Amino acid sequence: MFFKAENYRHPAFMEAVRDVAPQAPGLAAWGLMTGVAMVNSGLSVFESIAMTLFVYAGSSQLAALPLIAAGAPAWVIVATGFCVNLRFMVFSLHLRQYLMHLPRLERMVHGYLTADISYVLFTRRFANPSEDPADQLAQAASLAGNTCMMWVSWIAASFAGIFLANIIPTSWGLGFAGTLCLVGILCSLASTRMRIFAAGVAAVTAIAAYNLPLKFNIIMAIGVAVVLSMSLERFLKMREGQGA
Amino acid sequence: MSFFEGTDIWTLAVIAGLTGVTILTRTFFFFSSEEWALPDWAQRGLQYAPIAAMAAVVLPEVLMQQGQFLHNWMDARWMGAAVGAAVYFWRHNVLLTIVAGMLAYLPLHLLLGW
Repeated sequence: MFFKAENYRHPAFMEAVRDVAPQAPGLAAWGLMTGVAMVNSGLSVFESIAMTLFVYAGSSQLAALPLIAAGAPAWVIVATGFCVNLRFMVFSLHLRQYLMHLPRLERMVHGYLTADISYVLFTRRFANPSEDPADQLAQAASLAGNTCMMWVSWIAASFAGIFLANIIPTSWGLGFAGTLCLVGILCSLASTRMRIFAAGVAAVTAIAAYNLPLKFNIIMAIGVAVVLSMSLERFLKMREGQGA
Repeated sequence: MSFFEGTDIWTLAVIAGLTGVTILTRTFFFFSSEEWALPDWAQRGLQYAPIAAMAAVVLPEVLMQQGQFLHNWMDARWMGAAVGAAVYFWRHNVLLTIVAGMLAYLPLHLLLGW
């Protein structure tokens, strides 16, 4: 966490800020679009600011917006956000080894502030967690500098987007940039054939079941895709076992 | 614009719920001080849930109109998304995906009204 003197006075803090700075413009563009998309999908300025400051997770924010606009039930929106955010649980499992020497609240604040880019850059910078207290402190300070840079870029850009969206008319369709962000994230997740299969099943189910009430098609699509993918995976493994 | 205009309790509750989701997922394994691992089936499910959730939200957004599958190919949204996806697989950059997708979408949307 970047507001603790022990972290921000450490040389590793500024080193990390400089390290991650090249990623800031890309993140800022995404934050700007998210700001525009929030207002364009009908959130008030106050709601958009609250979402930016507290939810602090671009992909689940963007995934929630069409559902909020459609008036889906709150639990469906929250469950969808949970599924989109599941990757963070994997990050926290990995980062645990780096931060377990810290008190619970402190490591939880580190975790809350660590989104995709910070996680990738931090684990690239430090391939292994350290046993040595001085190195542990340097690693925590580095993560703090990294997340500080990302936090400032994201929040500032989102705020700019929120206020910009109040000037630019909705009819120009700039909110579509939010959908394109999701397209980019979707493509970046499509790293294996099995995942592409899961995406295909989810898309077909979500479209076929579109007229179900309460946006239930989203939940159904996730469930059907996960179950079918896990079954296919097991089936392929069994066949492989027989062939060998 | 007024700051609070259009603010309602339901949306604020959804925002609170999503905040809870961020905290829960990002701090999940930091909470307990004991060693603990996810069961195997959950780890395997974790492989597929995020992409399934993304696909379930995005594809109906770009392939449907007023609750129906596109019955007309002249729609700027799927074209913008297709250009964006193609650029992603070419350059592996989300920023370029957005820029290219918007460059394809905006002329069709603003000039042709698709």
